[in-house]
Amino acid sequence: MADKKKKNLPPVAQEYQVFQQQRETKRTLFKNCIKAFLVGGFICFIGQIISTLYMYFFNFTEMTVGNPTVATLIFITMLLTGFGVYDRIGQFAGAGSAVPVTGFGNAVIASAIEHRTEGFILGVGSNMLKLAGPVIVYGVFAAFVIALIKTILTSWGGL
Amino acid sequence: MLIGHQTWRFDKKPVIIQTGTVGGPFEAKGKIPNAFDLLHDDIWLKQDSFEKAQQMMMEEACQIAIKKSDISIGQVKFFISGDLINQITPTTFAAKTMDLPYFGLFSACATSTESLALAAAIINGDGADYILSGTSSHNAAAERQFRYPTEYGGQKPPTAQWTVTGAGCALVAKEGNGPVVTAATIGKVVDMGLTDPFNMGGAMAPAAVDTIETHLKERDVNASFYDLIITGDLGHIGRKVSLDLLRERGIDISDEQYVDCGLTIYREDQPILAGASGPACSAIGMYGHFLRLMEQGEVNRMLVVATGSLHSPMSMQQKDTIPCIAHAVAIESGSDPS
Repeated sequence: MADKKKKNLPPVAQEYQVFQQQRETKRTLFKNCIKAFLVGGFICFIGQIISTLYMYFFNFTEMTVGNPTVATLIFITMLLTGFGVYDRIGQFAGAGSAVPVTGFGNAVIASAIEHRTEGFILGVGSNMLKLAGPVIVYGVFAAFVIALIKTILTSWGGL
Repeated sequence: MLIGHQTWRFDKKPVIIQTGTVGGPFEAKGKIPNAFDLLHDDIWLKQDSFEKAQQMMMEEACQIAIKKSDISIGQVKFFISGDLINQITPTTFAAKTMDLPYFGLFSACATSTESLALAAAIINGDGADYILSGTSSHNAAAERQFRYPTEYGGQKPPTAQWTVTGAGCALVAKEGNGPVVTAATIGKVVDMGLTDPFNMGGAMAPAAVDTIETHLKERDVNASFYDLIITGDLGHIGRKVSLDLLRERGIDISDEQYVDCGLTIYREDQPILAGASGPACSAIGMYGHFLRLMEQGEVNRMLVVATGSLHSPMSMQQKDTIPCIAHAVAIESGSDPS
C-alpha cells in the first residue's frame, strides 16, 4: 500500500522522502515495547488485586467479579483523565495504557470532557464515542461473525 | 516594488513601531519568558472555551502594542491576521472586538510572516498609515482540532511538535522609530508527498528551502547578507533537513546564523518532542525575541521564514498529502545606513 502510493509521486518527492527519513528522529520501538509491557502488566496487576479483594470481602465468584473490577478500573481512569494524569501515562506507556480497558475508558472520558463546550446533547452526547466508537462497531460485528461461525459449526458441522 | 517573480522590495521602508506578545503558563516556564509582554498562569484565561481564550490573547496582544505606542486604536486602518482554528473564528471575534477593517488570512503557521508582508506591502503602496498584523494559537484548541482530545492518552512520536499558546502582533507604520521591513518573498505551495501529521518539520522543510532560495536569488544577495535566517517552526528535524538541503543547493549558511523559533521558545527539558509549532510560535519568536535582539544591536538584518502545513483534519483522513508553504520577510534595524 505504502509502496504503491509512493510510485505515484514525482521522483523529486521520492528522493526527498528518503533524504528526510535519514534525518528523522527514530521511534524507539524496542524501548516502547518494554515500557508498554511493564505498564500494561501493572494495570492488569492492579485489576487482579481489585478482583481478589472483591472475591475475598464480598460475595463474588470468579465468574461474576469481572464487571465490578472493570467498573472500578474505569472509575479510577475517569479520575486520572479528569486530573490530567492519564495522557502523561499514555505518552510514556503507549499501547501499555491504551490496550487495557482503562485506555477505552480514557478515550470515552477525554472526548466527553473535550466536547463539553458544545453542550450536553450535540457536544458530549454526539462526540463521546468519537474515538471509542470504532471499537464498539467492530467489536459487535466481530462477535456476530464468530457467533455465526459457531452456530454453523455446531448445527451442521456436528461439533 | 516587485523584483523577480515573487519578491517585493519595500522602498518606503515600513516601520514596526511596536509589538505585543502574550503567552500561557507553559511558555512562562520556557527559555525566553522575557519575550512576552503578558504571561497568563491559566490556559483557560477564565473563559469557557480554549477558542475564546485564544481570541482573548489576540486582543490583548493588539491592545498591548497600541498601548506601548503613542497612537490610538482609532488611527489603525487595518487588522491583518489569522489562526489555525476552523474558519479562523478566534481572529474574527478579536477583529469584531477591535472594530477594525479586517483581512482574515489562513496560512497555518506561516500566517505571521504573510500578515507582516501584506501589511508592509499595503503601507508601501500608500494604502494605510497604521496596520496591526499578527496571529495567535492555543495548544489545547489546536490539539482538539488537529489531533485528539487534550486528555486522551495517545502516544506521540518523537517527531511531533508542541503548539504554542500565545499571540503576537506588530503595529506597522509608514513612519516612526523601529526596525524596518525591507523585502518579502511570498512562497509557493510545496508538497513532497509526506503524509505524517506528526512530522510537520520534515514536511515543511522543502517549502522553507524553496522560499529562502528564491528570496536570495531574487533579491540578489548571499545568505551572509543576513545576520540571522530565522525559520518559524521547523523543529529539530525540519531544521536539520532544511539546512542540509540548502547546503546541498550551494547556499552557504552557518549553524549559528540559521535559527528556528520552534527551538527558541521552550527549554529542552520541557516535553515538546521535536520543538514548538503553531502560528504564535513564529510571531512570538520574531516580535518578542529576535526584534529585541535587534533593538539591543546584536542583530542588524534578519530574514524571517515562517512555514506552515496547510492540511486539514479531513484532508488527512482522506489520505491526502500535506501541502506546505513558507513566506519570508526581511527585517532590518532602522538605524542601518543601507
